[in-house]
Amino acid sequence: MTTTDLGNLARIGRWRLPRRHVPVLATFALLLVMYGIGVSQYRAFSNIQVVFNVFIDNGFLLVVAVGMTFVILTGGIDLSVGSVVAMTAMVSASLLQNGLPPALVLLIALLIGPTLGFVMGCVIHYFDIQPFIVTLAGMFFARGMCNWISNSSIPITDPFWTSAAQERIGDPRGNFVSISVLIAFAVVAVGAYVLAYTRLGRNVYAIGGNPQSALLMGLPVARTKIMVYTISGLCSAIGGILLSFYTLSGAPLIAVGMELDAIAAVVIGGTLLTGGSGYVLGTVLGVLVLGVIQTLITFDGTLNSWWTKIVIGGLLFAFILLQRLIGIRKK
Amino acid sequence: MSEVRTRLAAASGQRLFWPLVVLVVLIAANTAYRPSFVSIEVKDGHLYGSLVDIVRLSAPLILVALGMTLVIATGGIDLSVGSVCAIAGSMACLHISQATDQNSLSTLFTALGLALGLALVAGAWNGLLVSVIGIQPIIATLILMVAGRGLAQLITEGQIITINSDPYRTIGAGYWLTLPVAILIAIAVTLLIAVLTRRTALGLIIEAVGGNAEASRLAGIRSRRITFLVYVIAGLCAAVAGFMITADVSSAAGSTAGLWIELDAILAVVIGGTSLAGGRFSLSGTLVGALIIQTLTTTVYAMNISPQTSLLFKAVVVIVVCLIQAPAFRARFARRRPPATPTVAAAPQKEQVPA
Repeated sequence: MTTTDLGNLARIGRWRLPRRHVPVLATFALLLVMYGIGVSQYRAFSNIQVVFNVFIDNGFLLVVAVGMTFVILTGGIDLSVGSVVAMTAMVSASLLQNGLPPALVLLIALLIGPTLGFVMGCVIHYFDIQPFIVTLAGMFFARGMCNWISNSSIPITDPFWTSAAQERIGDPRGNFVSISVLIAFAVVAVGAYVLAYTRLGRNVYAIGGNPQSALLMGLPVARTKIMVYTISGLCSAIGGILLSFYTLSGAPLIAVGMELDAIAAVVIGGTLLTGGSGYVLGTVLGVLVLGVIQTLITFDGTLNSWWTKIVIGGLLFAFILLQRLIGIRKK
Repeated sequence: MSEVRTRLAAASGQRLFWPLVVLVVLIAANTAYRPSFVSIEVKDGHLYGSLVDIVRLSAPLILVALGMTLVIATGGIDLSVGSVCAIAGSMACLHISQATDQNSLSTLFTALGLALGLALVAGAWNGLLVSVIGIQPIIATLILMVAGRGLAQLITEGQIITINSDPYRTIGAGYWLTLPVAILIAIAVTLLIAVLTRRTALGLIIEAVGGNAEASRLAGIRSRRITFLVYVIAGLCAAVAGFMITADVSSAAGSTAGLWIELDAILAVVIGGTSLAGGRFSLSGTLVGALIIQTLTTTVYAMNISPQTSLLFKAVVVIVVCLIQAPAFRARFARRRPPATPTVAAAPQKEQVPA
């Protein structure tokens, strides 16, 4: 046996699963199991379009959850996302109804969310008020704006919007995705890149890990914290546009409770709610898990929609417990 | 003149000062808009008037907020109370709807007992996750917030259960000795909790746990047991609020009963001056906070603005009250003045609770 072999053996012996990857891998395993159950139970489940539909039906949630991942990684939380999604859809619908050109509407819609996020970030940082309360106020504000704009749903008939909504991008066999899915993938790619390879991303992880030492290290804590809420606002705004593509309308009560779905997706995706540890990829898996649960319940037909909530609650519990167990072993 | 100013400065340092100012301003604005707002009259032996209505409608919120105050005092938070309201209300209505005689008192008490039992389990579940397993409260209770809504819908099977029970209706819409029963229940629970926490050492112990759970444990307080207890109390309070909400309309809808009440309750607690970081609490502050929120909602109704738009006003009030109470904000605008109260100035900056 040569020395290189010994070295290799030692390396294999020392190789262990990095603990921070465990939750993401667990989510992935869960996803595979759930998909496997679906395929074994229902013949149509193996159709590739089923997977595409999960993305089509959850593209906006995916985008919102990416923004939420940034906020949660810094140890904060953003309760305003669902309302901002609704407000964006509402503003777009109402402006389009008033005959504004679609390009201008897109620009305005994409500016409102980040602006609100920026303001909330400033209040959170400079006045040292808990993110929970500030974003709660943001949630009330945005939802109130929706109702102020209109109490009823506004349909969208603009040709640009309808063509964006109905465009099918597919393979020759007839499977397709919508434009929204591509936009969502783009957001995921940008989000993952920013978190993994840029200075902003490293600052986000540092602040979530320990805000005190981040400050002492001279990292721009203020700028980063305000930035993540702005990013979350931008993601919500994009999510709102995608939702308006999906429903071709703006309704004041749309996306109620979406903040919970987004938080659940992030947690199930393995991001620590105390901040500092997690991946955008995990969040994507988390959204997929939620989507596959919904699909399974739809395929079953005898289960009612409330089972979705109960199952999501159970999964939340399982993953939080898992994270907790990993946390205990780290000590 | 200077004496008035020092008195004012001392008064504004009081925790209840600003919330009370907000409440008085709201009532004054309403009275200016509609002078009959403050009038109270007795009709058919019942007390009527906008102010009575406000207190009656705020009774469920007061109950939930009282439980929430204790939870927040330990440094926790309970997001599941709205779902527990729905579970308890649905369970009570389900039992009553299945009874042959919906008006019998024994049916009523079995229904209430069953529902309270469920709420006890729910509270114990939250308490277990937080105190024994050691999960962050916001996450631990998020589980029941999501799943509990589903459970409530499971109980009602997605339907709206309508009942026809006079004794149950009394809880939400009845009168006793000219006063709405809901108000009487709210007063009774408030007194009970006030006596429990302020006439015994329980309040002090809760504050000790909220200040520093580990230190209080070393000082001989069974901090885990206290943490567990406050979640159980919050669950029971939520259940009674759930009875009121469903009794008022004689029906239970699993998906909407008590929806978002947890957020209103947290607001009421924060407006009332209890810090979300834990360690101190003010029951009277919470009462005023809950009344402010209900007055605001009623004001918006009275001004013919759509109910949902009231959220806009709520947002403004929340931010204003939080800013006024935030030490960082005060410091920014009161730099020239010497610190009014040493407690505010000397309060150690707690490490921010990752909420």
